[in-house]
Amino acid sequence: MSPRRVLIGLGNDLRGDDAAGLLVARAAREASRGGVDVVEAGGEPIDLLDAWENAEAAVVVDAVVSGAAPGAIQRIDAAAGPLPAPFAAPSTHALGLAEAVELARALGRLPDRLIVFGIEGTDFATGGEPSAAIRSAVASLAAAALAELDDG
Amino acid sequence: MSDGNGVRRIETSALARVEGEGAMHVRIRGDEVLAVELRIYEPPRFFEALLRGRALEEAPDITARICGICPIAYQTSACQAMEDALGIEVAGPLRDLRRLIYCGEWIESHALHLYMLHAPDFLGYESGFAMAADHREIVERGLRAKKAGNRLIEVIGGRAVHPVNVRVGGFYKTPEPRDLEALRPELERCRDEALETVRWCAGLDFPELERDYELVCLRSGSDDEYPIDDGRIVSSRGIDVAPAQFDATFEERHVEHSTALHARVRERGSYLTGPLARFGLNRERLSPIAATAAREAGIGDGCSNPFRSIVVRAVEILYAFDEALRLIAGYERPDRPSVAYEPRAGTGHGVSEAPRGMLYHRYEIDDAGEIISAWIVPPTSQNQRSIEEDLIEFVAANVRLPDDELQRRCEQTIRNYDPCISCSTHFLKLEVERD
Repeated sequence: MSPRRVLIGLGNDLRGDDAAGLLVARAAREASRGGVDVVEAGGEPIDLLDAWENAEAAVVVDAVVSGAAPGAIQRIDAAAGPLPAPFAAPSTHALGLAEAVELARALGRLPDRLIVFGIEGTDFATGGEPSAAIRSAVASLAAAALAELDDG
Repeated sequence: MSDGNGVRRIETSALARVEGEGAMHVRIRGDEVLAVELRIYEPPRFFEALLRGRALEEAPDITARICGICPIAYQTSACQAMEDALGIEVAGPLRDLRRLIYCGEWIESHALHLYMLHAPDFLGYESGFAMAADHREIVERGLRAKKAGNRLIEVIGGRAVHPVNVRVGGFYKTPEPRDLEALRPELERCRDEALETVRWCAGLDFPELERDYELVCLRSGSDDEYPIDDGRIVSSRGIDVAPAQFDATFEERHVEHSTALHARVRERGSYLTGPLARFGLNRERLSPIAATAAREAGIGDGCSNPFRSIVVRAVEILYAFDEALRLIAGYERPDRPSVAYEPRAGTGHGVSEAPRGMLYHRYEIDDAGEIISAWIVPPTSQNQRSIEEDLIEFVAANVRLPDDELQRRCEQTIRNYDPCISCSTHFLKLEVERD
């Protein structure tokens, strides 16, 4: 059995650009040649520890607000070190993506290879649609994410 | 910090490891505490207004969105209030199932708070993940407990966050006994680990603070049930009323420094709801394993040190696992997933024990089943004055601590309550000012 590889899209379909990770996961599922588990995660980032369990390589895609241009993509090697501040929890009761990664690192539950793609969102209104900048970046980001997992 | 007038001021601009947004301001002159204010600046959320004109069936799902941590509490209180208005009763196996899914919420909410948010205070870590590197086993245990609680909610509720299967009258679909039975091995393992956690918590270092609270919580109609999903409202100073008497017994007041209302016992004052109150008034109703663990942890005669609430939460996690196993052992699939009803005009009251305290809902509905008015009193707004009073006493007794240590301890004092600020807003910056 070949080592497990997983692509995880994080987001919320009901909050405009926050759907980006989910849209990328769905596009990747369509485009994948089948060697990658695709997970849509809408709950707490702490669930990521289970989502990438036993995976040798994982890619996480999440919307981010860093001040970059709408739709701009950041690629971060999370196995090498902590994620930057924009990936930390907007809530103080739940863990954000950055905290979940550090928790996994402390517990020795980080995949050997973990790439995080952040896609810059601008509109997170309740009930809103994803913006054009997000929609037009989905296909290429899905391809880039699959390529990281040698499935592109 | 001090200014030229000898004012000592400690400020926390955004309290971490609590849900929602708030700040704390403490003013001290010499050794005297002049004022403590919890300033809740999470914007008001107007849920009660947006419920007006909606169908009674929508209340459980709309109010569940008030909180991602305790949606079952909101759904349960909302359902019970509607059922009260409609004159129906959810009893027997359907009620047991409601109590079982609520056990899942107690477990996931208490586990998140105990292991990830509160334990770091006692061990001197900035956060749960900073603690994880040195206390890997403890944190892994917490993650397992939380996952088991979430799983229980998923199996009954359809999903772990904002479950979709709870409705007025019961459920849309009831689980097969084998679906619940499949959870048993993990729940048994987590119950054993929960017992270890009670012992571990009992060994922590607790700051000194003894408080004379009026404890308020529910008391179940059954003598062998610790209060979770329903009951009468009782207090350590003689309150013993039906949920419909909430308004006659308690009042909410607006205070200038907070967007959350302050609740108090009418013509008396502040009160405490949550784990310390439930344990204080109902500990003889714990299951044998939980009662023994509490005794061995040194709180068998009660607990009035809010810092020891972490031990009480550990006991409640143990109880919730034990109770879940009991309910699963006795589960028989109900004949129907819900109790039928016809809409009718009326007013209904629902109260349940959210992990952080009592949650009251009242609805008035018309004869078509449309909501005319809604009133929701969440636990954190009931506890807000008690949190301030804890801080006043704690700061007065520890006024000579350096500002940074005092600030850290004040934050810990607030976290004793596992406050849910976003729930209570209609709730943190910590500021200590010394005159």
